[in-house]
Amino acid sequence: MRKYRFLRHTADAKFQALGQTLEEAFANAALATSSLMWDWRKVERKVEYPVRAEGRDLEQLLVNFLEEILYLLDTKGFLLNSTEDMSIHKRNEGYVLNARFLGDNYSDRYNLLGGVKAITYNEMSITKNDHYTVQVVVDI
Amino acid sequence: MEIKRINDYTWEIPKHGQMRVPTVIYISSKLLESVKQDLTLRQAQNVACLKGIQKTAYVMPDAHQGYGFPIGGVAAFDLDEGIISPGGVGYDINCGVRLLRTDYSAKDIHERRKQLLTEIFKEVPAGVGKGGTTRLSRNVLKEVCSKGAEWAVENGYGKREDLQRTEENGRMKAADPGYLSQRAVERGIPQLGTLGAGNHFLEIQKVDEIYDDEGARVFGIHARDQILVMIHCGSRGLGHQVASDYIRLMENKFGIKGLPDRELINAPIRSPLGQEYYKSMSAAVNFAFANRQMIAHWVREVFARVMGSSEGMDQVYDVCHNVAKFEKHTIEGREKEVCIHRKGATRSFGPGRPEIPEVYRSVGQPVIIPGSMGTASYILVGTKEAEQLSFGSTAHGAGRAMSRHEALRRFRGEKIKMDLESRGIELKFTGWKGIAEEASAAYKDVDEVVKVSHKVGIGKLVARVVPVGVMKG
Repeated sequence: MRKYRFLRHTADAKFQALGQTLEEAFANAALATSSLMWDWRKVERKVEYPVRAEGRDLEQLLVNFLEEILYLLDTKGFLLNSTEDMSIHKRNEGYVLNARFLGDNYSDRYNLLGGVKAITYNEMSITKNDHYTVQVVVDI
Repeated sequence: MEIKRINDYTWEIPKHGQMRVPTVIYISSKLLESVKQDLTLRQAQNVACLKGIQKTAYVMPDAHQGYGFPIGGVAAFDLDEGIISPGGVGYDINCGVRLLRTDYSAKDIHERRKQLLTEIFKEVPAGVGKGGTTRLSRNVLKEVCSKGAEWAVENGYGKREDLQRTEENGRMKAADPGYLSQRAVERGIPQLGTLGAGNHFLEIQKVDEIYDDEGARVFGIHARDQILVMIHCGSRGLGHQVASDYIRLMENKFGIKGLPDRELINAPIRSPLGQEYYKSMSAAVNFAFANRQMIAHWVREVFARVMGSSEGMDQVYDVCHNVAKFEKHTIEGREKEVCIHRKGATRSFGPGRPEIPEVYRSVGQPVIIPGSMGTASYILVGTKEAEQLSFGSTAHGAGRAMSRHEALRRFRGEKIKMDLESRGIELKFTGWKGIAEEASAAYKDVDEVVKVSHKVGIGKLVARVVPVGVMKG
């Protein structure tokens, strides 16, 4: 199964990320988002950040989770290579996600490709058939 | 969906279903075809359903699909009944354009234009994740967000006169940085004084044609081939964070039931959360004003160094493209204060409005409309008609017509650079991908966009400018 695919969108970038589990689909959405800014395949796994996100529903959880990538880029210069040990749990009136981001700090050896301004709810969907598909439009 | 043709450049979607007001689209039939391909018109109708909306939901000639509100959308809300929406402003709060004039002509700088561009590229940090040269403390960052361009001038960036020639005098007084999240502050600290990436750019331009001699003269534009500098950027990660923060806070407070699109989340203007968003958004607006003020200062320094002088490099104007603010407009024959949302639209006030600087009050405010990379940009003048027709607003740029993905598939950055250079346009940039994504063929025809603005009367043509040097983040 492919990790993600990009779809047609006039101004912004729209992708679908796939996974056997919800966690895997979310982790692939993180790679799709990263792919707009750097080649995550080339990023070494030298630095680690714990990630925790909460959401009143799965959509908000996904937005808050992906926003972590933008926040860590802007404030720490962190480039993501992969998301490990993700778990998503239902809690009271919403969801909570825990994971670890692995990657490296930006340096001249990495090539930055473009910017992502924000993760949006536009045309967002999280669906399950024989696998999970999450669709996201990001503002670039 | 019925789209009624009113005249060659005005179309209407009459009120139906949940719509509280009709939608009016200022557009040519050619541009309308492209707008019909995406969700722009659906989004404009959604806006027309929002609480407290006044008169009409307007769509500008360069409109395209946004999130929640369309890009190129203008809407006004009643202060008691109405709402304020982060999606009605956009993620890049106070993305905007500043224009500097010079006394140089294209001939004067011809030999040194490459050097000018190279030096500007060195002075002005650009590109993804590129931090600025000015590392600030949290307290100073908050001062920047509270005082905007005033802070920059007080700290040696540019001149007092620049402030008068900036929308809101470079400072929205409602700003309260105390409402900025920790994250917004953290993202803002390394990014003050940076151009960013994406569609943001800095161009050295020359005047190509003057349509309105009097307007041009008042704006400091005297002749063909006169050199100008245009700076297009916004509030960077700080503004993006404010938008995301308040979308989340409003969702958690008011829920999302009944919203046709989640990005339409909003709060009553008078509610505590509505007020907090306005104060935070204003702080982000100020950050962007300070940002452009600093960049303009560095551009002047480079001209002084390379050309020997930066005298005469006055600011023509600085306009916001993404903002919400309180303005007085005549609605049903009565003057009334409303909350205007302009998302991908430029204020276009005509003569006499107290908000515009005295020097321009006899003719109307300058409206700066950047084109796409390598194409013309335009200077327009605001009109009285605009106040009646569009709450004093017009277009903001060329507007995308093709996805970035599609542009990447179709265009090669190297080829674009060669094309530009063969037309005498120098190019400096941080990544090939951005160059292909921003190819002018991926945008709507800016000539057509400003023609509609001029014909409808919501912004009249003053001058056309073309690039001689382009810097992309």
